Amino acid sequence: MPSLEHIANLVHDWLNAQFSPGLALFFEFFIIGVLIIGLFSILGLVLIMMERKVSAWMQLRLGPNRVGPKGMFQTVADTVKLIVKEGMTPDGVDKLLFNLAPFIVMIVAMVIMAPLMFAKNFQIWDINIGVFFITAISSLSVIGILMAGWASNNKYSLLGAMRSGAQIVSYELSAGFALLTIVILTGDLKISAIVNAQSDGWWIFKGHLPVWIAFVIFMIAVTAETNRAPFDMAEAESELTAGFHTEYSGMKFALFFLAEYVNIFVVCALGATLFLGGWQPLHFGTGTGFNRVMDYIPSSIWFAGKTFFLIFVIMWFRWTFPRLRIDQLLNLEWKYLLPISMFNLLLATLITIMGWHF
Amino acid sequence: MGGGSLIALMIAAIAFSGMAILISKFVLKATTNKQKGEAYECGIPTQGPSWIQFNVGYYLFALIFLIFDVELIFLFPWAVVVKQVGWLAFVEIIIFFFILFMGFLYAHKKGALQWK
Repeated sequence: MPSLEHIANLVHDWLNAQFSPGLALFFEFFIIGVLIIGLFSILGLVLIMMERKVSAWMQLRLGPNRVGPKGMFQTVADTVKLIVKEGMTPDGVDKLLFNLAPFIVMIVAMVIMAPLMFAKNFQIWDINIGVFFITAISSLSVIGILMAGWASNNKYSLLGAMRSGAQIVSYELSAGFALLTIVILTGDLKISAIVNAQSDGWWIFKGHLPVWIAFVIFMIAVTAETNRAPFDMAEAESELTAGFHTEYSGMKFALFFLAEYVNIFVVCALGATLFLGGWQPLHFGTGTGFNRVMDYIPSSIWFAGKTFFLIFVIMWFRWTFPRLRIDQLLNLEWKYLLPISMFNLLLATLITIMGWHF
Repeated sequence: MGGGSLIALMIAAIAFSGMAILISKFVLKATTNKQKGEAYECGIPTQGPSWIQFNVGYYLFALIFLIFDVELIFLFPWAVVVKQVGWLAFVEIIIFFFILFMGFLYAHKKGALQWK
């Protein structure tokens, strides 16, 4: 069975044989663009469907079941509906910023895909500062949100954007510390190096205590960073209508929605890469039959499986915990998570220097 | 792939969003009237603009965040070399965190982390 790596190499060789190197590179970029747009569309459809089905399952109801088999085409129908809805620009808004904000959010969501490793040796650009790149770019999305909220000239939007800004920047710190734990253990920022370091066991097994703490903190922090319940203060429906995208409608609203779901995918993919071994299959011991069977499953399936498991966990949070108040939210970060993650970092340093991880 | 891929992704994002918005512009016939252009604030007529000065409690959090974020940037190069440097790195990070934590406690004592 050809792996994604083989297909990518075949396309690369074929393009280089047919065209001059410059032109071949241009075509490769074009293919990447088309593939990423395709990935975005598919992710949007799949994740929204998954969200609704998981919600329905958690609440003992059926969920969408009319359009297509088991309601599988409900999201497609919703997208068509959003296309034929008017993308309104209200009179009072700052027109430039109002229309620019969805673009900014989308650009951030797309550029952040570059260092992600989707399968064995299959990624767009193996940046040597991979983890740092993701941290840096993901903090840009708050600009798009603040822009949308401020430009809307609506009190709810403004308050939602302010809340969202405070929340995202606060929880970024804990997420950053959690990522640093893995960087310390691996000694490299490259995503490929981090995945390769886990070939004899995922960090969550090898790194024991500090990695467990970091993983829990990471999951809490990214839930808050993507504005998911129980931290969905930015768009608390019962308080702020819809938060920062109250004034958005039609396709512009759909872009915000899509970017939100893609961001969930990105952070879960990052969590799977750093803590759960990326595309590395599950191994026990050395050279047993079990490991051979696990190796037989393609690396892309492993990556997707781990990522979607983490996405499921985040959806599970939504139906388990009640929404926090804004002061509780900030207290949780600044008085609990931040000191804990700082001491966890010291613990990880100690364990790395002593070589106490497996 | 190299840095060009970032530009390719950026162009892809702009093309995708632009196409989506353009397509929806083409398929529908938009109408405008005065009521439609008003801000949506739950049906009640809007009272004044939103672009006014008001007390945001998040300002202090944003300031403390700035300190910690800069510190996080300093930690990345440190984290890469911990394995090679060894105990010296541990001592350094304890000193670094001690200073940082004192600042954090000061901010806490001053009530900067209190939600008012």
